[in-house]
Amino acid sequence: MSIELGHFALVLAFAIASVSAVVGLGFWKSGERIAGFLQQASILQFVLIGAAFAVLVQAFVLSDFSLALAVNHSHSDKPLLYRITGVWGNHEGSMLLWVLILVLFGAAVAAFGRQLPRDLLSLVLGMQSLLTAAFAGFTVFTSNPFERMNPAPLQGMDLNPVLQDIGLAIHPPLLYIGYVGFSVCFSFAIAALISGRIDAAWARWVRPWTLLSWVFLTLGISMGSYWAYYELGWGGWWFWDPVENASFMPWLAGTALLHSALVMEKRNAMKVWTVFLAIITFSLSLLGTFLVRSGILTSVHTFASDPTRGLVILTMLAILIGGAFSLFAFRASSLRQGGLFAPISREGSLILNNLFLATATGAILVGTLYPLVLDALTGRSISVGAPFFDLTFAAIMVPLLIVLPFGPFLAWKRGDLVAVTQRLAGAAGLALFVAILIFALSGASISLAPLGLLLGFWVGFGAIAELIDRARIGRLPFRESMRRLFGLPRTAWATAIAHLGVGVTVIGVVSVTAWETERVLTMNVGDVTEIAGYSIAFDGIQDVPGPNFVSEEGTFSVTAPDGGTRTAHPERRIYTASGQPTTEAAILTYGFSQVYMQLGEDGSGESHVVRLWYKPYVTLIWIGTLIMAAGGLLSLSYRRLRVGAPAKAARPGERTVPAE
Amino acid sequence: MKGLIAFLLALTLAIGPALAVNPDEILDDPVLESRARSISTNLRCLVCQNQSIDDSDAPLASDLRVLVRERLVEGDSDAQVLQFVVDRYGEFVLLRPVLGWHTILLWSAAPLILIAGGVAIFFGIRRRKAQPIPAAEGLTLSAEEEAALAALARNETPSDRAT
Repeated sequence: MSIELGHFALVLAFAIASVSAVVGLGFWKSGERIAGFLQQASILQFVLIGAAFAVLVQAFVLSDFSLALAVNHSHSDKPLLYRITGVWGNHEGSMLLWVLILVLFGAAVAAFGRQLPRDLLSLVLGMQSLLTAAFAGFTVFTSNPFERMNPAPLQGMDLNPVLQDIGLAIHPPLLYIGYVGFSVCFSFAIAALISGRIDAAWARWVRPWTLLSWVFLTLGISMGSYWAYYELGWGGWWFWDPVENASFMPWLAGTALLHSALVMEKRNAMKVWTVFLAIITFSLSLLGTFLVRSGILTSVHTFASDPTRGLVILTMLAILIGGAFSLFAFRASSLRQGGLFAPISREGSLILNNLFLATATGAILVGTLYPLVLDALTGRSISVGAPFFDLTFAAIMVPLLIVLPFGPFLAWKRGDLVAVTQRLAGAAGLALFVAILIFALSGASISLAPLGLLLGFWVGFGAIAELIDRARIGRLPFRESMRRLFGLPRTAWATAIAHLGVGVTVIGVVSVTAWETERVLTMNVGDVTEIAGYSIAFDGIQDVPGPNFVSEEGTFSVTAPDGGTRTAHPERRIYTASGQPTTEAAILTYGFSQVYMQLGEDGSGESHVVRLWYKPYVTLIWIGTLIMAAGGLLSLSYRRLRVGAPAKAARPGERTVPAE
Repeated sequence: MKGLIAFLLALTLAIGPALAVNPDEILDDPVLESRARSISTNLRCLVCQNQSIDDSDAPLASDLRVLVRERLVEGDSDAQVLQFVVDRYGEFVLLRPVLGWHTILLWSAAPLILIAGGVAIFFGIRRRKAQPIPAAEGLTLSAEEEAALAALARNETPSDRAT
């Protein structure tokens, strides 16, 4: 019964969204009543989809095997967490999660957007409803999660074992919030194009949504990368898989959008470009979510896909994205340009940032789609893999990272490059010193790794130097400069922290690339081996039963160079329901570095294949992304009060929001 | 410049030795083995999805790894080994596409976008400079804004902007 209620709620939400879309986009000039209707409809959509989603979760938790989706992707022996996460570990359920987040954002705009001009609010909510109608409709008609199975089997077929991990609880929701959050920017962009009105206030409304989405997308990608690192069992953290590229492209475009919206907000320039970026970022998000499901790209992430579904998806994407760009082509010229500046200025540096980020996005897009297009046009099949992307992406990132520290130092309108260079000389010198020192102490297997390190330290120190410079540490009395430091606007801190995160990630990438060591060997119980100064003893192996798998668990003693000993348990599991094997790596963290152990196939007799890696400073890769996200959150907290800005002129006695 | 290229090449190994190589496949000669590894990262496992033969534990990938090592032991150069595999399995097997007429757009995409963007920005800024600047910042007030300003000047409350 509750399944049918969920089903009904989903269909009803689709109907309400369809009506709202027509009303919002058709009658956006009609003022308060239409806007009020759309606000309520948006919140209602969220309540309905929320109810539908709750029903699905309940069916999975209770292992209701009259629901076809639960039969195909669940099992009553699964631990509770994986019964819940199993809801979105499949195509239909993840579609519903996607739509749930979409309506959540719609409801958030309705709730926080009270201060928006009525016509803008109506257009934005109308556009969000159109998206909801499209994707809720797609879910109902081609990917219905509420289909029953009759007669109901006694047991389900279990979730893919690789997905039975805490990663599935974290990675997809974060990623989807990031993807879908950009729909708000998209709707604002479409609203600007339709109404022909765009100004600094528009940028101020869009920026919190951009920031929020960007923070979640950063976290989502980062957590996905760490999940792949420990779960796929060979210690790689980025594979340039089409799906990874698909999530990385909106991130790059979103990063560009974040920066261009800043120029627009402060200086009223780069309007047309910002609108373009808002459209392209969400289009890439859609591509990221759906291209893979259409079945035309293959990847480890691909859910089972059927041709009808693929055709419907491609048609929808073509209409939405094509429509948005047509609108852009017709209406962009009506947007007024403003804000004059010299090439050497904060604006100029942000344009350069956008140029490189857009180039990186474009290069990855071309690389991802090129084999498809070439095959369709000429019938030749080629592969475009990691070696191509590494080379291209690095070539674009190196100049971007070199110029990155200059940006925040330059003044708006007209900057002085010579003066800025002088102020950055300290950071450059320190970065050079540290890079040379590390090289002298450790040597390098790749002779140019120190250059990469130099780049990472340059970006990191450059970010810190900006704070030091603005607080005038060393030039003013200490207490005075501390007062200045903590009195700096939160945006200055946010910029410095986010840029510091970039530097930290670069250092992690370079370290693990240049200094990683690896051993593959056959070990018998009792054998001792060594990697990067860590002594590793194979103490034994035993079979351990799990809740829904049996595990062959190795026991290893790892002795660090300083003498401390820790135990590691790499596993090989066989999941009973599907018979599918997985490997669970054992990872020991020492400082920022990790020892990564994987138990391979059984050899003859008592011997086992063991794969060992020492990954120096590898955790900095993810720590850097967390620092970036923290910078974004800090900036967002500063803007919290401005989400509905500009506030109506407060009448005397009505001032409720205290200054910070 | 040479340094930069070498650095970029170094970064191309960023995916790293991520391996499913088995102990019995490893060659005794460390130089040959490391050449085998770098060749393997450029060869696609044909039965997997987007994995190099170096990453994959599929039997076919293992066969290919052994084949690469056999060719190296027989004295082939890296290019000859790659050519040997391409002759057998086709161009699809190469993860780093060759530079040819059919891939010219792929390889030139990034530089083209960068140059086109740079040119667009250059002309955009020049055109902007050439424009005469009406009033401050090129903005003029709308009639409503003029009225609101006048109202302010008369020290009245401006009408609600939402209506």
